[in-house]
Amino acid sequence: MASKVTSAVMRQGLRVLGVAIRTEKAVFASAVVASALYGGMTVASAWALGWATQNVVLPAFATGRVVAGTVWTGVLFIVGTALLKALGVAGRRILAGVMQYRMQARSRREVTKQYLRLPLSWHHRHPTGQLLSNASSDAEAAWAPLAPLPMAVGVVVMLVTAAVAILFTDVMLALVGFLIFPAIAVLNLVYQRRLSPLATRAQQLRAEVSEIAHESFDGALVVKTLGREALETERFRRRAHELRDANIAVGRVRGLFDPMLEALPTLGVLAVLAMGAVRLSGGSIDSGDLVQVAYLFTLLAFPIRALGWVLAELPRSVVGWERVRAVLEATGSMDYGEARAESAAPAALEVRGVSYAYGEGDTAAPVLHDVTFDVPAGRTVALVGPTGSGKSTLVQLLVRLVDPGSGRVLLDGTDLRELAYGETAAAAALVPQQTFLFDDTVRGNVALGLEVSDEDVWAALRLAQADGFVASLGSGLDTRIGERGASLSGGQRQRLALARAVVRRPRLLILDDATSSVDPQVEAKILYGLRDAAEQATVVVVAYRMATIALADEVVYLDRGRVVDRGTHEELLGRCEGYRNLVTAYEREEAERAAIDVPASGGEVAAGEAEEEEVSA
Amino acid sequence: MSAQAGSTAGSTAGSTAGSTEESTGRLEARPTAQAGAAAGQGLRVDGDRSALATIRHGLSLTPEFRKGLLGTLALAVVATVGKIIVPIAVQQTIDTGLKTGTPDIPYIVRAVLICAAAVVLTALAAYVMNVRLYKATESSLATLRVRGFRHVHDLSVLTQNSERRGALVSRVTNDVDQISTFMQWGGLMIIVSLGQLFVASVLMFVYSWQLTLLVWVCFIPLMIALPRFQRLLSRAYTAVRERTGDMLAAVSESVVGATVIRAYASERRTAERVDTAVDANKAAQVRAQTIVGFVFPLTEIVAAVAIAGIVLLGVRLGLSHDITAGRLVAFLFLVTLFVSPLQTATEVLNEAQNAVAGWRRILGVLDTPPDVADPGERGAELPRGPISVAFEDVEFAYPGGAPVLRGVNVEIPPRSRVAVVGETGSGKTTFAKLLTRLMDPVAGRVTVDGYDLRDVRFSSLRERIVMVPQDGFLFDGTLEENIRYGKPSATRDEIRLALTELGLADWLEGLPAGLETPVGQRGESLSAGERQLVALARAYLADPDLLLLDEATSAVDPATEVRLARALEGVTRGRTAVSIAHRLSTAENADEVLVFDAGRLVQRGPHAELVKEPGVYADLHASWVSAARS
Repeated sequence: MASKVTSAVMRQGLRVLGVAIRTEKAVFASAVVASALYGGMTVASAWALGWATQNVVLPAFATGRVVAGTVWTGVLFIVGTALLKALGVAGRRILAGVMQYRMQARSRREVTKQYLRLPLSWHHRHPTGQLLSNASSDAEAAWAPLAPLPMAVGVVVMLVTAAVAILFTDVMLALVGFLIFPAIAVLNLVYQRRLSPLATRAQQLRAEVSEIAHESFDGALVVKTLGREALETERFRRRAHELRDANIAVGRVRGLFDPMLEALPTLGVLAVLAMGAVRLSGGSIDSGDLVQVAYLFTLLAFPIRALGWVLAELPRSVVGWERVRAVLEATGSMDYGEARAESAAPAALEVRGVSYAYGEGDTAAPVLHDVTFDVPAGRTVALVGPTGSGKSTLVQLLVRLVDPGSGRVLLDGTDLRELAYGETAAAAALVPQQTFLFDDTVRGNVALGLEVSDEDVWAALRLAQADGFVASLGSGLDTRIGERGASLSGGQRQRLALARAVVRRPRLLILDDATSSVDPQVEAKILYGLRDAAEQATVVVVAYRMATIALADEVVYLDRGRVVDRGTHEELLGRCEGYRNLVTAYEREEAERAAIDVPASGGEVAAGEAEEEEVSA
Repeated sequence: MSAQAGSTAGSTAGSTAGSTEESTGRLEARPTAQAGAAAGQGLRVDGDRSALATIRHGLSLTPEFRKGLLGTLALAVVATVGKIIVPIAVQQTIDTGLKTGTPDIPYIVRAVLICAAAVVLTALAAYVMNVRLYKATESSLATLRVRGFRHVHDLSVLTQNSERRGALVSRVTNDVDQISTFMQWGGLMIIVSLGQLFVASVLMFVYSWQLTLLVWVCFIPLMIALPRFQRLLSRAYTAVRERTGDMLAAVSESVVGATVIRAYASERRTAERVDTAVDANKAAQVRAQTIVGFVFPLTEIVAAVAIAGIVLLGVRLGLSHDITAGRLVAFLFLVTLFVSPLQTATEVLNEAQNAVAGWRRILGVLDTPPDVADPGERGAELPRGPISVAFEDVEFAYPGGAPVLRGVNVEIPPRSRVAVVGETGSGKTTFAKLLTRLMDPVAGRVTVDGYDLRDVRFSSLRERIVMVPQDGFLFDGTLEENIRYGKPSATRDEIRLALTELGLADWLEGLPAGLETPVGQRGESLSAGERQLVALARAYLADPDLLLLDEATSAVDPATEVRLARALEGVTRGRTAVSIAHRLSTAENADEVLVFDAGRLVQRGPHAELVKEPGVYADLHASWVSAARS
């Protein structure tokens, strides 16, 4: 972590600035011109004042006469330099902003493009919070020094011009300046070196305080139901107090250096007055020169700190840029082949010896081992298995969200990896377990960029049993559903996600426990509707419920990442113990209870069992 | 302790005094030109309370800040007076030191040395002032932060859910930071700047009243115009904040929605949305910067006009011996004291406005009374043991809405297992929230062991009744840390034992890192079903007298669910268990089933009886059976 202004950080920081300058050559050049104008005119305005003092004010007091011509020349000088200076300031500020914001926007676009390009396996390895801050605060930090940069360049121009101007005025006064200004510069450097690690720490703590608040408020219900408010407050208080102490540490350094940086130029002016008086008595300078140099010192006192500002931002900038670059240079894109998968018929799916593990090397957590099964065209296959058996991972492989560690997934006989970009998505639609909706209209969320008529959208909504509640929304299909569909219930969100899949008329439809938040009655309607409508599609469905499994022609039973058995529901019931245990859990439970409860209410239970027999047959 | 007392006192005072303070605040805000500008903004944004009243109320909550404030202000005055040293030194040098043809070197040196000493003294005063200010503001704001944080947790679920979580987080982070920036820089700048303008004006007046008038005539139009520019700027900044929010939302979609985007090959569409949002944000930023770029140098031009005017008028005054040369030159230096306060004025005013808005938002939290409040010391502390709960004519409606639960009368005897069923929207979740006192009924009462829930201390209530919500929220940490959250004093063995008792030992063994398994942010590294297992274990470890499961195993496979149900039953004998579930297997095993429909308790009794009567339950059960077993 670069938190101190070391020479290495300086070098890296300058390289980062170099990147920005090369990218925005024209803007930077214009900003520097504006800033140079500002720098030059700052010196010129002091000179104009000195000139006016010497040629207008003092002669008038000395002679008791005012020469109209010189007075107006003085006025013209003073106002003219100020106008040009103002122009320089405006240009410098605006152009610096343009440059900074353009670079930020560019980084953000590029970073997001990478997020969209990189495979899902890359996303799995990086926490969401980190990726978001790469695109927001890191992109901001990387280009933060661009704001004061043109001013710093202008200050250099200012200092050189001032040095020359003072040298021409008087060597001894120049000597005072050459002592004071390097002292200010050195003080600035020391200041920033002391400050930046403290500021970085405060920044870090601020992020941590925010993280705790975020997590704690997200889990507010858990905190409340377990009565852990005091514990959470203590956790927050500890970090908030660390932040307080870190901020006070920053304040101490600021409190020490800021007054020193303010006092130094003032002392410089006083030194100029003392030295100037001596030189004046020697006749080396006139009063106008004295006023000019003293005034120049007052004017330079503030801008010279811009050098410090650039310096102060450099460590943060380097860290930000490195994080942005890590994203931009991330490799492991998903390669696509040339093959097409054009067909109107239901797709045939073959899974051949597929294994998959999250993570790499020692930390690898294998979740799938040598999984093999077929889903013939037009058939429906149910993936069944206990919690944590790898079903959700497997369905991600089926639509090539991730590639298998070994083995192959074939769609109509073609390895998914050989298909061109967009082909898999055009043929297969996955409804994931976790619903994700965009901050967009209902139509936008269902169509998701596909050109479809409103009739088709409504038809899809109808199939997903979502037409009722969509129709009752304020603006129907045009209703915006807010961030992540916050205004909808879990079941409503799932139904929209389902409509999104069916509106595409996929040749392969994959449902990953996609109706878990829907009421059983509604779920039944959806499933029957799908069975009638899905004749054009091959279906893979992850399910626990019998109704869903009953739709399937074949069942694949997974346990701990392995295919334990395949076959029809009846076959598996007969020979696969794990499967039987899983799907008949409720009936067995009831039967056992009934057996225990016999003495109490024997007749009723017998009747109940008979009823069930009937239903399951 | 004192913080707690202050909070309640502050909030009651705030709510009663709000209306009277509004009118007095308005009156007081007018006379002071600088503060009036900020106050005017504040009033426009939100009429609740004037800016001054907001700040006063805010400061009353932070005693650390007021302590020693006078001393700090005195130091600020010293630091400000130091700014006029240079013009005085220049005047003295020219008028006294250079009066005769040969400069009076000893006099000049003496004057310069005195001034230098004053400069050093000023710097020292500034240092002490800064440190005091930082200590006072940071301590007071840390207190405010923590108090705000606690208060958010004390608010009722209903209030919490009416705000976006991110907005609540801002209250204790960004909003407080904005106040702190203002108090450490902007607020000080206002005081120092006003002092600077005042001291400079006094000195100028001593030197020449005519020229003072001239300077003020030049600057007054700018002073009048600046608040207008500031409003323009503040609108521009508001636009930037909004566009930044949009941009972050768009970027987060590309990360959080990664799966869906790839599954539907909508990368290009998402990229376009992001690009649009990023460019809109950039445009707003550039616009704000352009306003700053044009406003900032205006001061320079006005200053130059003033200086030119001083030269023009000054020499004429000099001819009539109304002013000395040194004083005239000193004037030129004094004008620079006008420049910096006005240059930073737009920024400072903007900051002041943000700070007031920040105060308003955090006070908005602190002043919101928790409508489901802890009776605290006054409340009853109930002994542990078998628990009985009763609903007496309970009605509930969301504020301004129709009743969602009506006329509920039910008693849950100790040691019973109760299932609550009904369609989505039937009122069963409302029932659960009333039972755990996440909400209070609008009519009737809920009692526990004969006590009204509203009269039971939270510490006692939350110990005896624990709810397991559906979403299984986990904290970023290990499995062990998350389960221990249910009972912070639990040892690792106790945690293992709890998992074993719940029949989850096999599942734990299947995890590569066991109890050390990191669960990720919000538990996202685990599957939905696994998260629910952890949430259940967490509540189980808390060992309540009544455990309420709200769809707590909806994502768990049936075999595990049945195993869990049995385990819970085995170990919760002697305790009460209430379950809300879609899966009616839970109902089949309960002692009693409560059936809700359209906000009413329509049926109750054991499964075996209910299933035979025609009615809501029989219908629900039929469709569940067909879905679960076909």
